[in-house]
Amino acid sequence: MSGNPFDLDGQDIAWCPGCGNFAILRAVKDALADLDLLPREVVLVSGIGQAAKLPHYLAANFFNGLHGRALPVATAIKSVNPSLTVIAESGDGDMYGEGGNHFIHAIRRNPNITNIIHDNMVYGLTKGQASPTSRRGFQTPVQVHGVASDPINPLTLALSLNASFVARAFAGDIPGTTAIIKKAILHRGYALVDIFQPCVTFNRVNTFAWFKEKTYYLEDAHDVSDRAMAFQRAAESDRLPLGIFFAEEGRPTFAESAGVFGEDAVPLFRRLVDSERLGALIETYRGKPLEDQKGS
Amino acid sequence: MNGKPRAERGELAVVLAGEAGQGVQAVESLLSEAFRQEGYYVFSGQEFMSRIRGGSNSSLLRVSGRPVRAWSDRTDICVAFDEKAVRHLAKRLQPETYVLGDGVPVGEGWRSIDIPLRKLAKDAGESLFVNTISAGILWGILSGRRETIAGVIRRFFSGKKPQVVDSNLAAAEIGMKLGQELKRSGQVSLELPPLGDRRGRLSINGTEAVSLGAIAGGCNFVSAYPMSPSTGVLVFLAKHGRDFGIIVEQAEDEISAANMVLGAWYAGARGMTTTSGGGFDLMTEAVSLSGMTETPMVVHLAQRPGPATGLPTRTEQGDLNLALYGGHGEFPRVLLAPGNLEQAYALAREAFHLADAFQVPVILLTDQYLMDSRYDVDDLPLPAAPAEAAIVQTGPEYGRYAITESGVSPRGIPGWGEGLVGVDSDEHDESGHITEDLDLRVRMVDKRLRKLSLVAEKALSAEWIGPEEAPNVVVCWGTALEIAREAVAGLGRRDLAVLHFRQVFPLPEEMRRRLEQADCRILLEGNATGQFGELLRQCWGIDWQHRILKYNGLMFSIEEVRAGLRKILPGEEVE
Repeated sequence: MSGNPFDLDGQDIAWCPGCGNFAILRAVKDALADLDLLPREVVLVSGIGQAAKLPHYLAANFFNGLHGRALPVATAIKSVNPSLTVIAESGDGDMYGEGGNHFIHAIRRNPNITNIIHDNMVYGLTKGQASPTSRRGFQTPVQVHGVASDPINPLTLALSLNASFVARAFAGDIPGTTAIIKKAILHRGYALVDIFQPCVTFNRVNTFAWFKEKTYYLEDAHDVSDRAMAFQRAAESDRLPLGIFFAEEGRPTFAESAGVFGEDAVPLFRRLVDSERLGALIETYRGKPLEDQKGS
Repeated sequence: MNGKPRAERGELAVVLAGEAGQGVQAVESLLSEAFRQEGYYVFSGQEFMSRIRGGSNSSLLRVSGRPVRAWSDRTDICVAFDEKAVRHLAKRLQPETYVLGDGVPVGEGWRSIDIPLRKLAKDAGESLFVNTISAGILWGILSGRRETIAGVIRRFFSGKKPQVVDSNLAAAEIGMKLGQELKRSGQVSLELPPLGDRRGRLSINGTEAVSLGAIAGGCNFVSAYPMSPSTGVLVFLAKHGRDFGIIVEQAEDEISAANMVLGAWYAGARGMTTTSGGGFDLMTEAVSLSGMTETPMVVHLAQRPGPATGLPTRTEQGDLNLALYGGHGEFPRVLLAPGNLEQAYALAREAFHLADAFQVPVILLTDQYLMDSRYDVDDLPLPAAPAEAAIVQTGPEYGRYAITESGVSPRGIPGWGEGLVGVDSDEHDESGHITEDLDLRVRMVDKRLRKLSLVAEKALSAEWIGPEEAPNVVVCWGTALEIAREAVAGLGRRDLAVLHFRQVFPLPEEMRRRLEQADCRILLEGNATGQFGELLRQCWGIDWQHRILKYNGLMFSIEEVRAGLRKILPGEEVE
């Protein structure tokens, strides 16, 4: 695709050659362009890590905040200006480790945002320690004798929290990943897209070839409205399905539940405090001498 | 140390004490409303334990024809709902204090009057009537008008069934008869103080003042995690949120709350979080992010004693250093510390303006004492014009961090204008992208720090109360203001003044000379180490001749401050 408005030239990219992040960046840009969005309508929110640098490499608004804290920021942005397309993206350590509590509670709120996680099962920026999705036995400079904890399964976790959209992609398939991201953006509510991505420098176990061999797409017949089936498929561990596991439209979003856009779609930055109403509220604290209250 | 007899003091101090859940606050509400109905000024304050049932809690009511707005240890009459309440309060009882209740211990330090409250309540139909009976007793003793207390009771129980109203009216009647009898027999001799003016005044507490001020400041986004004593602000804004278009969210933790506030400001809202010290600890990373990304942020920090969980329901001025230094790296910030309810309202409003104008975190320091103190204020002025955000519509070449002379870059928000708005927690270039250009790093640090001198120039003035040339000065900050004011006024000395700071960082310069010239500087702070005193020493080289510090979990009383000052400043007091 040429002339993608989200392309941004002149950035000194910090990723290793061959990194899966390049494919994810391509897929995100293609998805946004395919949806005819404009850079000024899109906000990318990220935390810290190699994946979290992605917003610097495309043309869009961005809030590159703290490690693990992208989801609260993204939730707030979308709620005060629902006309923006908001994507919270970061790595597995950021979203599932440092930001694990926010991950859980963001899902419960169902903000209308897309949550993209670059899942390479290892820490890149801090040089090769285990991540929450590292498999048992994975050896690192810190987990010298191999990881001794079970990995998080982000899909079953999200499904258990009743996430309204749960998907997994593999960076090795850019068109397939693009298609999933597009559906996630179009979904009205919280959308999880966990993207398998090889780390060419620090993960010699879960390589491109490993993911290629282990993954396959859910059949077309998979019923995305069947949550129990979605859970079963997401729990598969020998081979790892890709695609949209579960999607349910029509749930109230966080901004809708906040109750400030019911009759008035104007974003908050265009609103002023209702001084008259404030004056009236203040007056409710004014004591009136008894005489004045007779008959009231 | 107790000063004049009560009649000449022109006020009446009532203390109500009992276990949590016994209804101390209900009696407080009934009585203060009744006193206000009669046209009195009423100060009410509370001290309570961190429990839902049991323990010993108390409420103080100071009733006067003149404005009363500070905590006092004087008690004219106390109603104790149980025996241990009396022991709990012993230090606040004087030999002339009447203590009424079931089996009040006979002590030398007070006048016990045994009243079978529990039995009376039971006879009236329900143990809960102890509240209305007690209110009735006090009202009877004071020869209050029957229709006033009846009106207040009707309103208090207005949401309940008619028989609840009727039985409470009957219970109050039982109390009033008993009170009138106590007075007639001479067992209790108390009068209502002389009445002042009868203007209709606002009766608010600190929680309401901060919340109303936030609304006046244009607050339209609040996220917080409940923590005493800050939760009331969240509750208030939740209650009124939809009326004012405020998004209110109870976050999963303070980290999320603070980051949501930053996201909200980034997208053009005016966000605030409300917390106490332990919650602020968790927010410090976001405070640092506010500093780096130059995203405005308002934090209401209602202090309570630490470290760690400390005394959760009590008060202290112990988190100044936390608010001042919390957050890694070097960046400007503003610390406001209201001294009374008018200031709590005005500074909550001002916090939004300052955060917006200078793109810095603004921390509003209050404490449990202020949150739970209620008294009369004449007015809470509405802003002349509604707060308008200091944001710009972006052009195609917009860069969020344009290096300017003032240090303040025009703040765009995503989706308004042609430009893109990028903010970054990493050191960044003018367009917000990560940089490791170390010369640019220096320019960016300098740019951010230039805002500090800008904020300092606009620092809110400190208030000098008393003779201009007074050689002795009591220096305080935040919620100690009204206590210091009343304590010092009562000493009537021409050689003593109070200097109060409502902005504690950056410091307002204009009082520096006068403070330096004082012969005797007395530091008055509600903490153990004199944190503000140390800040003044560090910034201005101020040394202290005396320090009056308190850190037992209760606020200073007027009497304590007076006693402390009498020790320091012997000699004649001019009345």
